[in-house]
Amino acid sequence: MTMDAILDDMSEVKCDVLVIGGGTAGPMAALKAKQKNPDAKVILLEKANVKRSGAISMGMDGLNNAVIPGYATPEQYVKEITIANDGIVDQKPVLKYAENCYDIIQELDSFGIRFLKNENGDFDVKKVHHIGTYVLPMPNGETVKRALYRQLRRARLLISNRYMATRLLTAKDGRVAGAIGVNTRNGEFLVIRAKAVILCMGAAGRLGLPTSGYLYGTYENAANSGDGYAMAYHAGAKLANLECFQINPLIKDYNGPACAYVAGPFGAYTANNKGERFIECDYWSGQMMLEFFNELQSGKGPVFLKMNHLHEKTVAEIAKTLHNVERPTRGDFHENRKTDYAKDMVEMHISEIGFCSGHSASGVFVDDFARTTVPGLYAAGDMASVPHNYMLGAFTNGAVAGEHAAEYCNEVDWADFDAADVAVEKERVMAPTKREDGIPPNQIEYKTRRLVNDYLQPPKVTKKFELGQARFAEVREDLEQGMMVRNAHELMRSLEAASILDCADMAAHASLYRTESRWGLYHLRTDYPEKDNENWFCHTLLGKVDGKMASEKKAIEDYVVPIAEDEKDLYDKQRVAAGE
Amino acid sequence: MPLATQPSTVPVVVDNDKCIAEKGCRVCVDVCPLDVLRISEMTNKAYMAYDECWYCMPCAADCPTQAVTVNIPYLLK
Ligand SMILES: Cc1cc2nc3c(=O)[nH]c(=O)nc-3n(C[C@H](O)[C@H](O)[C@H](O)COP(=O)(O)OP(=O)(O)OC[C@H]3O[C@@H](n4cnc5c(N)ncnc54)[C@H](O)[C@@H]3O)c2cc1C
Ligand code: SF4
Ligand code: SF4
Repeated sequence: MTMDAILDDMSEVKCDVLVIGGGTAGPMAALKAKQKNPDAKVILLEKANVKRSGAISMGMDGLNNAVIPGYATPEQYVKEITIANDGIVDQKPVLKYAENCYDIIQELDSFGIRFLKNENGDFDVKKVHHIGTYVLPMPNGETVKRALYRQLRRARLLISNRYMATRLLTAKDGRVAGAIGVNTRNGEFLVIRAKAVILCMGAAGRLGLPTSGYLYGTYENAANSGDGYAMAYHAGAKLANLECFQINPLIKDYNGPACAYVAGPFGAYTANNKGERFIECDYWSGQMMLEFFNELQSGKGPVFLKMNHLHEKTVAEIAKTLHNVERPTRGDFHENRKTDYAKDMVEMHISEIGFCSGHSASGVFVDDFARTTVPGLYAAGDMASVPHNYMLGAFTNGAVAGEHAAEYCNEVDWADFDAADVAVEKERVMAPTKREDGIPPNQIEYKTRRLVNDYLQPPKVTKKFELGQARFAEVREDLEQGMMVRNAHELMRSLEAASILDCADMAAHASLYRTESRWGLYHLRTDYPEKDNENWFCHTLLGKVDGKMASEKKAIEDYVVPIAEDEKDLYDKQRVAAGE
Repeated sequence: MPLATQPSTVPVVVDNDKCIAEKGCRVCVDVCPLDVLRISEMTNKAYMAYDECWYCMPCAADCPTQAVTVNIPYLLK
């Protein structure tokens, strides 16, 4: 049998905890579930190969949000994230993260992932945020994934690589009952019954189209096509604040992080074409992105990362990190363009839009135990609603989810699902294989994402969003009635195209619901330009109600860390004052 | 509507002299997050079968014989 040929086959397995997505949060969730309950059967399902999957496939430059005693307190961190996210934060999960993350750092340290230390042997934390100090460099950051994988092997976890999850199974009472996966190399169906399911499938990174036009030239790992968001939606879970898009400041065309977090502490900064600093703080927030966007459009645009004022040795040190870890092809990119950091500024641009809580705040709604609104269903990492939680948040909340799910399993039995649901899903998945002729998934995907750019990219305009929705409906008809695939690889792409279209519809729906502007550029509505705290100081939750997309308001939980009146708008003051 | 075949220059290049796929090596095919590498039935060597690359480099970093070169995809180079 040659690879990619489609098998018409189905098998069923049963486990206690099913973790979907083996990037960052997933391996930690699986590990912690197993440690908490060694008798539990834990399966880690991954679309790619856990060895090298996810945002951290080649490593990471550092921890962006480490709360380390002596540098920051959990309360301080909660305050910073609350302000950076315009107040729309349930603080309890953020506080829990802040309190737990130091233990996780020490555990990662014990795995052999080293963090930067000073002469006294203390962690050497750098300041990048507006108020506090939280950035901890990782001198051997390229080892992250390998070290994690070693732990998984040691714990003898069951890993199923090259299975793409497509839908969750639920019982009559709404509880989660398992999931369906499709083998990406032969199309074989796998039904996994589970008492608890933890979703760790990363950001919706293939929503907008990068300006290069290359479908896979995204900021996020391009395997993260928003399947987790779509699956949660179809299973009846609520998704929070999807209108708070992820948009990042990146290297133009290369579309990887310019890495003010790495270069900033050495004296590099974001500049306009005059080489002038125009933002106070390079930490990625919606307000910062708005100033970035304004500068790009202005006569002083475009925007650059400026390092050419630094000492040659400093530049070499920065380059060593930037060209070896995280996105190691970056050095080749600059070499092709003959960009020399010591002489030239590096041209920057803004990324395509996406959903991501890791950097922004758009995710499947979870509480401080990583529980979604569906009983037995958890979410962690970039796709769960804890804002700005980055890599360390994925590890820490993955651990929270794994431990809670392992305990939950002791209390419940397997839920029953309707066999008809599997049959319906099989028909949906296999439909493009039954057509002799039609539209290939790459064209469906390209068109969806081009329309996302045309109609959904901020500044948001109501009429444009409505037009976008009408175009998406046409693409949906093409997808459902006319998409065709020729092998199992294309079958995976066709399933991704469906997730991307679902995310596009969710992005439009959520944005239209919140009739105000908030989070700087992330939700800038030119026909509702003001922030409206009276009506919109709340979460929005999107879900499937009676088979249709619906949004509702949800009150913000009472703050546990109070924010003073004069602190609330600290992140609104991003622009460097004239004359400075 | 019938399909057309459009050419595209792929970013990942395998040095056939170095690749030992005929001895059973599948490392690059195994690790690629986008699952775009395959072993050619004609040459028995690894090659990029789909132009869907995140230029992330696990294929090159993990290849035991340094046979893989990752270039920046032409559209964004
Ligand atoms: C380029 C880049 C640089 C970054 N730099 C930093 C940094 O320096 N410091 C920092 O703290 N944070 C950084 N981040 C953020 C951080 O890496 C992420 O927040 C974190 O790794 C997210 O973890 P995750 O588990 O949610 O997602 P991921 O690690 O991306 O894992 C998601 C996994 O789900 C799998 N998957 C997707 N769909 C399916 C499906 N249908 N079925 C099965 N599996 C599926 C994917 O293959 C992937 O393995 C960076 C992110 C990027 C993209
Ligand atoms: S990893 Fe290297 S040697 Fe092995 S199949 Fe790939 S190119 Fe060939
Ligand atoms: S660079 Fe990354 S996506 Fe491209 S072939 Fe290699 S491993 Fe796959």
